[in-house]
Amino acid sequence: MSECPVCGGEITLADDVVTGELLECGDCGSELEVTSLDPVELEEAPEAEEDWGQ
Amino acid sequence: MGSITVGFLHSLVRREEKLLIGEFNQRRNVNLVLIDDRRLCFDLKHRPEVDVIVERSINHSRALHALRLYQGLGIPCVNSYDVSLTCGDKILTAAALQDHGVAQPDLRIAFTIESALKAIEELGYPVVLKPAVGSWGRLLSRVNDRDAAETILEHKAVLGSYHHSIFFIQKYIDKRGRDIRAFVVGNDCIAAIYRSSTHWITNTARGATASCCPVTPELGELCLSAAKAVGGGVLAIDLFESTDGFLVNEVNYTMEFRNSIDTTGIHIPGKVVDHVLSCTNG
Repeated sequence: MSECPVCGGEITLADDVVTGELLECGDCGSELEVTSLDPVELEEAPEAEEDWGQ
Repeated sequence: MGSITVGFLHSLVRREEKLLIGEFNQRRNVNLVLIDDRRLCFDLKHRPEVDVIVERSINHSRALHALRLYQGLGIPCVNSYDVSLTCGDKILTAAALQDHGVAQPDLRIAFTIESALKAIEELGYPVVLKPAVGSWGRLLSRVNDRDAAETILEHKAVLGSYHHSIFFIQKYIDKRGRDIRAFVVGNDCIAAIYRSSTHWITNTARGATASCCPVTPELGELCLSAAKAVGGGVLAIDLFESTDGFLVNEVNYTMEFRNSIDTTGIHIPGKVVDHVLSCTNG
């Protein structure tokens, strides 16, 4: 169990979570990035940049 | 069969990357190496121990340069640097489609406000102004009259970086509430969806809804022609259904497909992984 860095809500990570993965906090809706797995660290996901896309 | 080491170039891991990672990890004889472009420090003389690179970076500029460097070391890349260069720039895409006789909306490219205004009036209102590099329907402008044209061109020239003064102007196509996204993997057009919206921008990133679109022989052949025009690989082709037939609007090279697996019933990650594994030098 991890904690949302924005609202403090509880976040459960999937077993196959990877570094860099985007998550959405179920409580506040913030988009988060998994920045570390050991220990688990979550940060607010970066804002979209001009050359982002597909 | 020997083991294949796949370098998976990424930054943020979105739903598509997660699906692809899961698919690679299910394959026997595949060793998946995750390469976060934010931690990459490239040595031009050092060849990483990978047999193929699959590019899934969210930043076009990082993807483009990394692909050039990996290819320079003799590593096959999906998609290739040339494909990424062409598809990452709408002007280069339009030129490639034109070179190969692929139908697309009428368009103009201009480099000054004055010549852009002239080009817009030549095409006739409405037109759509697009950044040459950009995605997800961001900063698209539908220009309905000369007042709007003058204002938008001035804003782009004054407030934007120099990229925004390279004006890509496309004739507005009345798409009657939907367009088509088709997926090409290698030599096959594997699936397509309609993207429907009450807004004139029909990107799913902007709220359009997806439904299954049959891949007719006509649609499939045009998509393969568009894919061939930009160099081929794993591509998402966006098309309009005009009164003159299908028109290719854009070709995307780091395609998003999260809304299209259940919609089409096609296991897109599996098709992509099959293609990537077929691209190794061995």
